[in-house]
Amino acid sequence: MIIQRKKFIQLGSLATASLFLPKFLKAFEKPYMVPPGNKVLVVLQLSGGNDGLNTVIPVHNDIYYKSRPKLGIQKETSVLLTDEVGLNPALAAFGDLYHDGSLAIMNSVGYPNPDRSHFRSMDIWHSASNSNEYVYSGWLGRYLDAQCSGCDKPTQALEIDDVLSLALKGDTMNGIAMKDPHRLYNTSHAAYFKDVLAQHSDHADAPVDYLYKTLSETLSSADYIFEQSKLHPSNGLYPTTGLGQSLKTISSLILSDINTKVYYVSLGSFDTHVNQEAQQKRLFTEMNDAVKAFVADLKSNNRFEDVMLMTFSEFGRRVNQNASGGTDHGTANNMFFVSGGLKDKGLLNTMTDLNDLQDGDLKYRVDFKDVYATVLKNWLGADDKKILGKEYNHLNFI
Amino acid sequence: MQTGLFSAEGCGYRKRSTLRLLKAALFLYFPLNLLPKKRSQAKFPGMPVTNQQRNLHLLWRAGFGPSAAALASLPSSTPKAIWDAQLKSTANQPAYIDVADDQLKNILADAYDAAVMGAQRRQLSADQRKQLQVRSREGIKTLNLTWMNQMVSSDQQLREKMSLFWHGHFSSRAINIFYQQQLLDVVRTNALGNFGDLLKAVSKSASMINFLNNNQNRKGHPNENFAREVMELFTLGRGNYTENDIKESARAFTGWGADFKGHFQFRPFQHDDDRKTFLGKSGNFTGDDILDIILEQKQTARFISQKIYRYFVNEQPDADKTAWLANRFYQSNYNILGLMTDIFTSDWFYDEKNIGVRIKSPVELIVGIRRMLPMQIQNEDSLLLLQRVLGQILFYPPNVAGWPGGKSWIDSSTLTMRMRIPQLIYAGDAIAVKPKDDDDQMMGMKDHAEENTIPNANRKGGGNRAGQQIMATIDWNAYLQSLEKVPREELIAAVSGLVLQTSPVINPDTVKKYTDAGSRESFIKTATIQLMSTPEYQLC
Repeated sequence: MIIQRKKFIQLGSLATASLFLPKFLKAFEKPYMVPPGNKVLVVLQLSGGNDGLNTVIPVHNDIYYKSRPKLGIQKETSVLLTDEVGLNPALAAFGDLYHDGSLAIMNSVGYPNPDRSHFRSMDIWHSASNSNEYVYSGWLGRYLDAQCSGCDKPTQALEIDDVLSLALKGDTMNGIAMKDPHRLYNTSHAAYFKDVLAQHSDHADAPVDYLYKTLSETLSSADYIFEQSKLHPSNGLYPTTGLGQSLKTISSLILSDINTKVYYVSLGSFDTHVNQEAQQKRLFTEMNDAVKAFVADLKSNNRFEDVMLMTFSEFGRRVNQNASGGTDHGTANNMFFVSGGLKDKGLLNTMTDLNDLQDGDLKYRVDFKDVYATVLKNWLGADDKKILGKEYNHLNFI
Repeated sequence: MQTGLFSAEGCGYRKRSTLRLLKAALFLYFPLNLLPKKRSQAKFPGMPVTNQQRNLHLLWRAGFGPSAAALASLPSSTPKAIWDAQLKSTANQPAYIDVADDQLKNILADAYDAAVMGAQRRQLSADQRKQLQVRSREGIKTLNLTWMNQMVSSDQQLREKMSLFWHGHFSSRAINIFYQQQLLDVVRTNALGNFGDLLKAVSKSASMINFLNNNQNRKGHPNENFAREVMELFTLGRGNYTENDIKESARAFTGWGADFKGHFQFRPFQHDDDRKTFLGKSGNFTGDDILDIILEQKQTARFISQKIYRYFVNEQPDADKTAWLANRFYQSNYNILGLMTDIFTSDWFYDEKNIGVRIKSPVELIVGIRRMLPMQIQNEDSLLLLQRVLGQILFYPPNVAGWPGGKSWIDSSTLTMRMRIPQLIYAGDAIAVKPKDDDDQMMGMKDHAEENTIPNANRKGGGNRAGQQIMATIDWNAYLQSLEKVPREELIAAVSGLVLQTSPVINPDTVKKYTDAGSRESFIKTATIQLMSTPEYQLC
């Protein structure tokens, strides 16, 4: 696989010089040259419960405007996708992606018996469990278990953060969390750590060996990630925001030979109980500008077809606005999928039915675990049944 | 085989012959695959467990490790002497930890008075509610640090350790400081008492009632959350009851509520007084009846004994030992101190396979360092930052099932951070790590965790790197004194013997390479810090 990718990158750089090449060689810069199996998933977590109704707006729905006399976003100010549907005004680049055929939106994603607590609902999304189960490993961690059984460095799943999320903790392996490759390298390469690791010899089943195994994986991953990050550092123009820099880091790694299949990054807090408009606008602007730069970067390197960015949040918010210019914790929500390699584009299902609420909350129509199963199987080519512990429905947008 | 290191008389247990019979009977309950697996070889063959190792083992498991003052007597003391001292100090009831300030109390009192004066709905105004939330959040931080300080300095090590266990077992999140204080007091007061009393007091606490939605559990509209968790997580464990038992018992708990001041309220009009059938019994059961029936089940004693064994002895449960413990726990009518005495006075507790095999939780790790190296911390908020980064924030368990513990504490980020902590304290290096946001704590507000820690001005090692630091001054006196008579060439081995419980230990040459040999003092200090910055130090 790695060899294929290397080949592809070489072809990619060849293609940039294609001006001077005979016509038959130009075929190489076509998107279908992307080798299959090299798909990359970028998960963007919108922490805090993003208000889905003010993200994908039903601009012709009276109930929406009645429920949100202050917070409702008017059709004229929204980024129109269709005559019925608009995006939050701060998401202009997502409007372009929509018209470009690079954005898919799934409405009403959730799970039965929704939980309104942030930590619990996030737990459920991370572990891909039912709301009455407590599972201490994450869906991407278990993907990693399958990918990295017996491997020496768990770099198939990386989180751009100082602290690792449950989503990337497996039963036997854990993903690596790092803010940037250079810092990870510096921190874990304190000479003392290396020497401590070097003086240790395995003692079969001694518990301390588990710790040394983690230390060893950390040091070798840090080396590997740092080396890879220097191969093809992205020269795309990214905003200086946190998310902008994280996506730049991710891009540099995607353009390298690294074996990473999953990147994980968070943006927040979308917990907009008070003054929602300004807070959501600020965060969406950060997301909009960063994703715009990321897509442009991938496109210019011919990698947009095999990278998919997916957003989710632990829950949506209530249909009615509250008294403080905000919204309170709700239930079902929408998800975005951004890629040049989508099979189905645009609005994947109908808008949420505001006539059919449960205690003032949206009803879910798509189980998020169906989305995970689809992504695992169709995008990452993994055994979703094994990872999720159950056979879920496969959707066909990828 | 169950001979104690020292006699367990006075615990009111039956004689051993009866026990043996019961043990044999209990054995039948356990499928063969739960029998203890034979270990192919000892961890460090040929090295007997020293008296000092036994003492440290007891101090770490029944508490948070040795205090600096106790170091000098480590080689000469005995587990029995340490245990007797614990029994003596835990005889006193703990003081209520009250950190709520007057302003917070006034808000509550005003609202309560208004309610009593005739308001129909006993509710706080929006403004009072917000005040209570904001101040509660700050109050819970203070409560966290106050309890942590108690773990560091209290003589009642066993009680605080046991309380930390129950804090994770009866796991509840409440944003109301008064509820949290009250539940903590229930746990600390009953930590070593009777499990039935503890279970009932927790079940009637405002914190748990709110956390598990029992305020919404009404006749005709049952909410099964509490009924389910009380069996699944607090007493019986999965597979020992049916969905129907949950439905029926939820009806019995209808009408159990709490007012906003935290008082338990039985609301007769919301209570379903009809007949219920629960675990094979039928009657017009109340919530108390249900808890009594649960306690009648021997499975409850088994479930708790096994969880305690895994927490205090070894993550790999030993079916034989846990059956013996469960049996005695049940016969003693759930005497927790009796159960702990059985564990800590049994000679198998001191088997080498049980020593140095448990991964310290983040709180145990931090408290343990602070006990051995007493320190003045100028910015205690930095301790909250460490809890967040390492994944254990007191009063904010991940869910009702508590912290999973064991290997789940360790990933590349947390291990690296754990191994940096001693140096962060000693040299004041920048922490340079940002914890994840916690929206449940922050409620949409900006997180001040970073701002609250003092930026690194004029501290060595801080440089221009962004981030915060732990501003601490270690009092090395007692620690250094305990090593006074050790010849220089034996110092690393001696420090290793104080700091680490695993064996074989770190190669002394590796440690030496990073010590400051300028003076005997600096040599000891730096060797200690280096030995604490190892994978081995994560174990106890």
